[in-house]
Amino acid sequence: MSDSHGLPHLADLAPGDEEVVSVKLRLLGYLIGLGLAVLLTATSFFIAGTDLVWQPSIPVAIIVLAIAQMGVHLVFFLHITTGPDNANNVLALAFGLLIVFLVIAGSLWIMANLNHNMMPMDQIMQMQR
Amino acid sequence: MSMAAVADGHSARVIGLEDAGHPGPAPKRIITGFGFWIFLLSDIVMFSCFFAAYAVLLGQTAGGPSGAELFNLRNVAIETAFLLLSSFACGMASIAAEVRNPLWFQVAMAVTCLLGLGFLVIEFREFADLIARGAGPSRSAFLSAFFALVGCHGLHVSAGILWLLTMMAQVFAKGFRADILRRFLCFALFWHALDIIWVAIFSVVYLLGSAA
Repeated sequence: MSDSHGLPHLADLAPGDEEVVSVKLRLLGYLIGLGLAVLLTATSFFIAGTDLVWQPSIPVAIIVLAIAQMGVHLVFFLHITTGPDNANNVLALAFGLLIVFLVIAGSLWIMANLNHNMMPMDQIMQMQR
Repeated sequence: MSMAAVADGHSARVIGLEDAGHPGPAPKRIITGFGFWIFLLSDIVMFSCFFAAYAVLLGQTAGGPSGAELFNLRNVAIETAFLLLSSFACGMASIAAEVRNPLWFQVAMAVTCLLGLGFLVIEFREFADLIARGAGPSRSAFLSAFFALVGCHGLHVSAGILWLLTMMAQVFAKGFRADILRRFLCFALFWHALDIIWVAIFSVVYLLGSAA
């Protein structure tokens, strides 16, 4: 079809493609991504094993760090950015995230409700006896 | 020229698209990449179902061991480092493909492959160790969900390594043709997405599991 066009720099970008052309800048982008990812990962592992932090804050901190790292991967490795040439990719991502949120939050909510309203399993077993 | 094409041309004139200078269909690289991006998002939705199942079944250990008693965080840290570095090496291969350098492409892909294999070896040994200690997937609902989630990611990595070797062979045999480059674009997206899913796994399963 349009292979003769070569690499497109018209109006849209394929997911994973970058606008920057210079090799140095591309390399720099990957290095920044790697550095940030290492930093966030190291912080996560440190927080999980330390006593220096207020304990109840640890799960929240780990989840926040994980979401931040996923963002770093998206921007620096997959090159999903907020530029106008990336609008389609970002919209698809937003829809995917909506479904992910509904599935996870919905499952947790429904099952917590179920567990709350249901008799403990050992009592049910006794009633059946 | 078919009737449909004529009708299309007519309607375009009526709507005024021609005057607006509509650029026409997007290049194939964008269409392929976008289609694969949609597939990846559906894959992530599938993983979210496994995550939901894991979160729901987290406490259902049936008197068996919980995550905190089983997980070895040192191994997980090594796995994480391997997968992150392999994602970076895959980025290097992307740059090499962009500047059409076959040597560096093959080197970067080989590094990606070795790091991915290292990840799989550690994961396989972890699974074998858990099963040997009587904490296999049939022990409790928690362990079933754990093996399903982490094993599904491991299967993805295995498939990714097969795909990686195919890409190395295709670039070696056919060079940087446009269709090969499109396939490599999809592979790079796949490999980086696997790393994103691993971030969720090591945070939610291993770190939260050992902290709680």
